[in-house]
Amino acid sequence: MSGEMIGGVLGAEMTSDPWLILLVVVPLLAAPVCVLLRSAGGAWSVATAVSWAVFAIAIKLLMTVLDHGEAVYRIGGWDAPWGIEYRLDPVGAFVVLIVAAIGALVLPYAKRSVEKEIRGDRIYLFYAMLLLCLSGLLGITVTGDAFNLFVFLEISSLSSYVLISLGQDRRALTAAFRYLIMGTIGATFYIIGVGLMYQMTGTLNITDLRTIMPAVVDTRTVHAALAFLTVGISLKLALFPLHLWLPGAYTFAPSAVTAFLAATATKVSAYVLVRIFFTLFGEVDLFAAFPLQEILIAMALAAMFLASLSAIWQENIKRMMAYSSIAQIGYIVLGIALATEAGLTGGIIHMFNHALMKGAAFMAIGAVVFATGAVTLKELEGIGKRMPFTMAAFVVAGLGLVGIPLTPGFISKWQLVTAALELDMWPLAALIVLSSLLAVIYVWRVFEVAYLREPAIVQHRPAEVPLSMLLPTWVLALAALYFGANATFTLNLAHTAARHLMGGL
Amino acid sequence: MIDWTTVSDLLGLLNYWVAIVLMMAGFYTVIAQHNMIKKVVGLNIFQVAVFVFYISMGKVDGGSAPILKDGVEVYSNPLPHVLILTAIVVGVATTALALALVVRIHHSFGTIEEDEIQIIEHDEEEIA
Repeated sequence: MSGEMIGGVLGAEMTSDPWLILLVVVPLLAAPVCVLLRSAGGAWSVATAVSWAVFAIAIKLLMTVLDHGEAVYRIGGWDAPWGIEYRLDPVGAFVVLIVAAIGALVLPYAKRSVEKEIRGDRIYLFYAMLLLCLSGLLGITVTGDAFNLFVFLEISSLSSYVLISLGQDRRALTAAFRYLIMGTIGATFYIIGVGLMYQMTGTLNITDLRTIMPAVVDTRTVHAALAFLTVGISLKLALFPLHLWLPGAYTFAPSAVTAFLAATATKVSAYVLVRIFFTLFGEVDLFAAFPLQEILIAMALAAMFLASLSAIWQENIKRMMAYSSIAQIGYIVLGIALATEAGLTGGIIHMFNHALMKGAAFMAIGAVVFATGAVTLKELEGIGKRMPFTMAAFVVAGLGLVGIPLTPGFISKWQLVTAALELDMWPLAALIVLSSLLAVIYVWRVFEVAYLREPAIVQHRPAEVPLSMLLPTWVLALAALYFGANATFTLNLAHTAARHLMGGL
Repeated sequence: MIDWTTVSDLLGLLNYWVAIVLMMAGFYTVIAQHNMIKKVVGLNIFQVAVFVFYISMGKVDGGSAPILKDGVEVYSNPLPHVLILTAIVVGVATTALALALVVRIHHSFGTIEEDEIQIIEHDEEEIA
């Protein structure tokens, strides 16, 4: 199939790229196929094949976008703003790549982990849900329509509530319920914001909204819309202090789900926030008109410090990493809040880097859970000797979270510090460095327990993890090491994305 | 003296007042109630308020349904109405899932009161 075909009457120079819709439709259609198969192995095979196909499409789309600047697909051949259009720019392509890559790695990993953690007769439904979630997250990223975004937001959210509730512990159920309540409030806030926008502009197309926005921005309706959109997405993003659903959800979800959601879901929400601030309101000097920067920086700093402090006191390693995620979201939002090219580059590259590091960390933890069932620090004593390969991957991820040079965390923080200094925000730069010290403490707690303590009950039997789980973990850990040492590719990509956002379409 | 412009503002925007009151009532219920079923009901009211808001927005004074017909000049905007069809489906799915979770929670905790569950969970944390 040829990748491009010539568009309709209006778009002589605009080509319609069918890969954009395939990216979303393939996993969406594969989900019911998994349900029809009714077998764990069959569903897994379908899901894995689809996730790799999606990854291939994501790479193809990234190359198209880097060559042409954008990719567009008009659904049903209707021109925007009448029809729904899918539109991918460098930022979107980068996020699609993150989601697709994590999906392609989580599925091989999930097979054994899920067999152990989820009841046999439910496994095929698990893969159906995972595919729906993947489809929803990709849909959010590619769509150019504000209402369509809501639909995909709900597809990904509803499936992730189900995925979380499949955890072994009964507390997974209450965690899923709490997430459902807060997630639905967030999505409803978003839809109120979209409604208010529609009332003022009469359009739902994001590009169209961008064009009309300068004429109506000084109305109370649009101000209210901005507030609803920001708060709604911040709930999904788990931006401090709207993060309360996250620790429970990540702690009690099945290991593979935690790894997948921690690496993708919050990144996609951060992407939506970027879309709202820099595309929807792209023609308006939003940060000059509203005290948005002060508020977002305050939230980001609170997340970086308070969530890291909470992480230090946790005894459950999954919960510790969940709090660490909230802190890391703080760095992403900080980059967005700086609203400069350098700041955005830092925020965007941290989405990628954090996905690598947290993906590797949660996969390593999942492997430990698989082999030993241990999740508390007490149970993990001496685990470094029993599971050297798994824990080495965790060490790489942990060092990255701290931001040691040669890890991707260093690249992100360096970029953020540079961006803060560019704006003469010395205290902010100092706080970024200072907050890393908190990460040193909680990461060190794990290292100390894992390597320096003897297990209470000596077990000489080395704990085994199947290669299908170890390999994806190490692919992420090695990718983290590679992109930490040689960040040219990711930095260029993030920079292109940031320039595109700041400089307009 | 009655200030008729204010009155007409209030009455003319009746739908929006209804939407706001429902929205706040629903939101309050979600936050204040401990019972999970009541929370789900509150969430529903909150969502329905948004439906009312969208539907009101699409209505044009004196407009008829958007079906081409002789003698009809003014049509209501069908788009918000269609959007809400989608939103209703999403709302039903969310409610169904929430209720399913409540059933499972009742099955494994023996209660659906949030505060009682928190005590049980806290105890489990202590043991672990």
